[in-house]
Amino acid sequence: MKKKVYDDLWVLSLTYLVLGFFNILFAWLGLLCFFIPLIIAVGKGTKGYCNRYCGRGQLFGLLGGRFGLSRKRDIPRWMKSKPFRYGFLAFFLVMFVQMLWNTYLVFAGATELRQVVTLLWTFRLPWHWAYHGTLLHPGVAQFAFGFYSVMLTSTILGLITMALFKPRSWCVYCPMGTMTQMICKAKNRGENA
Amino acid sequence: MANAKSAKRRAVVSEGECVACGCCVKACPVQAISVYRGIRAVVDGLRCVGCGRCAAACPASVIEIREATA
Repeated sequence: MKKKVYDDLWVLSLTYLVLGFFNILFAWLGLLCFFIPLIIAVGKGTKGYCNRYCGRGQLFGLLGGRFGLSRKRDIPRWMKSKPFRYGFLAFFLVMFVQMLWNTYLVFAGATELRQVVTLLWTFRLPWHWAYHGTLLHPGVAQFAFGFYSVMLTSTILGLITMALFKPRSWCVYCPMGTMTQMICKAKNRGENA
Repeated sequence: MANAKSAKRRAVVSEGECVACGCCVKACPVQAISVYRGIRAVVDGLRCVGCGRCAAACPASVIEIREATA
């Protein structure tokens, strides 16, 4: 198939991850990976984002495919089952709400800004070098730290399953993918599928 | 392989398990597979040549290459 401009969006995903090491406020850009798939799913009723534009999927495809960093084995049956996919989505959303709550607490002045990136919802890595103070409220930075934690955590999970299974095995349990597919199913209900 | 020419092989998607990611669409050399309304991948049986690239690319491994019965 002819290569399109959007086939190189993996560059943006990689850049995003790198920028987070220098200035955490760039993490806000990650909201694009959140809203664009939803807007396409709700507006058009397709998974156009997954199918064409997802830079993360492309990155996994490149690393696992061309660079050969994947065993290319079948993903275990339970990982592609609906209970796991919906369960992971639910878990992800709960963690997301918790992150928003922590952000709210900083905005409300109830807690101090914590300059940490939390990996796999457990490990708190000091990340103060990527925050240089700002004219904005510390809550803005707290959201950035939280959102970058989400993005880095999911990238790491994706890299692990990329290595173990097929390159883009993250796509099987990606919460955004599961969510957009649910939206598409609901939106296209009654269509002759 | 006497009947290799007559037996047509084609990709078959396991309907309920497809995550509609579109990896197969990118892998297909003859544009025979597409994602139907963000729900699942659909194979155009007339175009599919049964090469198996979609099956290899599918991260959920829900595409099989089968010999067409008809």
